[in-house]
Amino acid sequence: MPENFDYKEAPDVRMLGDDGGPEPSRRGFLFWLGLSLNVVVGLLVAIPIIGYVFASFRRDKWQAWIDLVPATVDSYPKGQTRMAQYRNPAKFDVTWDGYTADIPCWVRRESNGNITVFAINCTHLGCPVRWFPESNLFMCPCHGGVYYADGSHAAGPPPRGLYTYKIDQDALAKGRVRIMGGRLPTLQEPT
Amino acid sequence: MIPMNNSVLNWFEERLRLKETLGPSMTHAVPRSARWWYVFGSMTLTVFMLQIVTGICLSLIYVPSADEAYDSLEYLNYRQEMGWFLRGMHVWGSHLMITFMSIHMLQVFLYGAFKYPRELTWIVGLLLFVCTLAMGFTGQVLRWDQDAYWGLSVGMAMAGRVPFIGPELVYFVLGGPIIAGEALSRFFALHVFVIPGALIMLLGAHLLLVIKCGVNEEPTPGYLVDKKTYREKYEREVHKRGMPFFPNAAGRDMIACGIVLFLVFFCAAFFGPAGPNGQPDPTLIDTSPRPDFWFQGIFAVLALLPPYMETFLIMGFPVLAAAVLILLPFISGDGEKSWKRRPFSMITLMFILVTITVLTYLAYMAPWSPVMNAWSGIPTPVNYVKNRSPLELQGALIVQNKQCRNCHSLEGRGGKRGPELDDVATRLTRDELIRQVVQGGGNMPAYGKNLTPSQVTAVTAFLMTMHPQWEHEPIAEESNTPRPTSNPDPPIDF
Repeated sequence: MPENFDYKEAPDVRMLGDDGGPEPSRRGFLFWLGLSLNVVVGLLVAIPIIGYVFASFRRDKWQAWIDLVPATVDSYPKGQTRMAQYRNPAKFDVTWDGYTADIPCWVRRESNGNITVFAINCTHLGCPVRWFPESNLFMCPCHGGVYYADGSHAAGPPPRGLYTYKIDQDALAKGRVRIMGGRLPTLQEPT
Repeated sequence: MIPMNNSVLNWFEERLRLKETLGPSMTHAVPRSARWWYVFGSMTLTVFMLQIVTGICLSLIYVPSADEAYDSLEYLNYRQEMGWFLRGMHVWGSHLMITFMSIHMLQVFLYGAFKYPRELTWIVGLLLFVCTLAMGFTGQVLRWDQDAYWGLSVGMAMAGRVPFIGPELVYFVLGGPIIAGEALSRFFALHVFVIPGALIMLLGAHLLLVIKCGVNEEPTPGYLVDKKTYREKYEREVHKRGMPFFPNAAGRDMIACGIVLFLVFFCAAFFGPAGPNGQPDPTLIDTSPRPDFWFQGIFAVLALLPPYMETFLIMGFPVLAAAVLILLPFISGDGEKSWKRRPFSMITLMFILVTITVLTYLAYMAPWSPVMNAWSGIPTPVNYVKNRSPLELQGALIVQNKQCRNCHSLEGRGGKRGPELDDVATRLTRDELIRQVVQGGGNMPAYGKNLTPSQVTAVTAFLMTMHPQWEHEPIAEESNTPRPTSNPDPPIDF
């Protein structure tokens, strides 16, 4: 109803079911009460929704030690770099992830036995780098990033060397390659 | 309008009162100069409506699960009756929607239609543009194949560079730590609920504004927009000399809409659906992801930018471009509308169009991408191994086996990342060649650690034979004389 609607003048006032509504002061009070009630309840409703949508902000449980496939050190010949993979440890029970939770990585075993595990993602824009044993280089198919065997930057646009995973030294001593895995490496938050 | 004598129609009309609500909108006066250049908005709208229809149809089969989406796409392609056709219509509809939207925007810019009083129409249009591109990107992700997976990986690598909030942004978009189930579900929700909802609301606002502010007249050079008088003049003129939108102007729009629907049908029938190309199993890394055509320019920029300005441009350029486009009607909201008298605008526009064209062309050529199987898959040209000494032949083998050709071409075949090697001996001396191979530099990795000294000698010997063909003319006196291996002279053709 418009503010200055004159109910007395209007024909068939009773048809509208009231005699002009509450007094102006009561009307104002009801309006503000209604508004504040909605603000409060709105906030109340918003909290779970925001918590749900932004659940990714609580991410303390994502990273975990996980065995590579294959896990035994002997599967990686000395002086070579081989591809391995691991199942994302945060999502073992999420069946609908399917193969997308199987993350590949490059395992380098030097002749002195040192093991380095590189993330598959190019540090430039995340494309999968490929290992070329003949020239001892990692090459990226997207924009031509190239890395040396030790993961350091060789050529092209990448801003740094390949991301490396943390390795569980105790497990390594027992002959298993275990890495700290669980999330997509990006420039500001490498693995 | 069509006379409504039918009593059933009258019954509805009495309740809906469409004549008084829709009537004026349908018959609102438009300038007589609004001809064929004005149909592209309607074409975009038509394709959008078709996209809704085909999109709903696809959602009847598609399974937004990281494990099963790919299989459901294959099912759509091969098992579902007309599934391939619906997928074809949806993807070609999206291409055509983006195309006609761009032409529409171009026309609005050329005709100065963003000027007073249609600033808000322009801004809402920009939002529609962004939403449509977002539909394109999210739609490409729903085509859950290798391109989708790695395209998303590229997108996340970019998002990860945003200062401070980068990682949070990545995990928020993915809905989790990696590209997997939650990510696909999020993109499904965006593509199917969120962005279409926004599009429909914005579209309503856009059309309302078109009716409230009137259709822009074809600009006459020298006829300046004055904010004080334009509106009044427009209303007067358009009522005096304009024509009703329906049915007079609508005829052209309807023909254009028919054409665009036919185009969608034609493209779907002849070119079919897009992909899915390869199962999105991240362990299958033998892939080279490419974006759909409207992102090819960005793909090119990212390859060509010097690394130090990359992060700044990834973050800054979209903001800058958006700011310029939004501010455009406020920077030049009045004055000349005709493109014939807006030289600065036209030069800028041509510059942008040429840039986008060149970048897109480059992206299709992708000279910066190494050809990953060139070393094993492309033969060494016969001319380059004819009459070569064993050492030089050894070098030719190394050029193949050490993946040199992934970046360097011979006779035009191979990677274009580095310079072609066909005439490298005319550009570098023996010492320079050795230095370049061993130490790398200028975007080439150093091969010092990966080649033994004898291999370096062999490669250099081979490369020293690389002279252009015209230097290879046979010299009669020298035929049959064995050539010393260290001689960089061209070999002799028999």
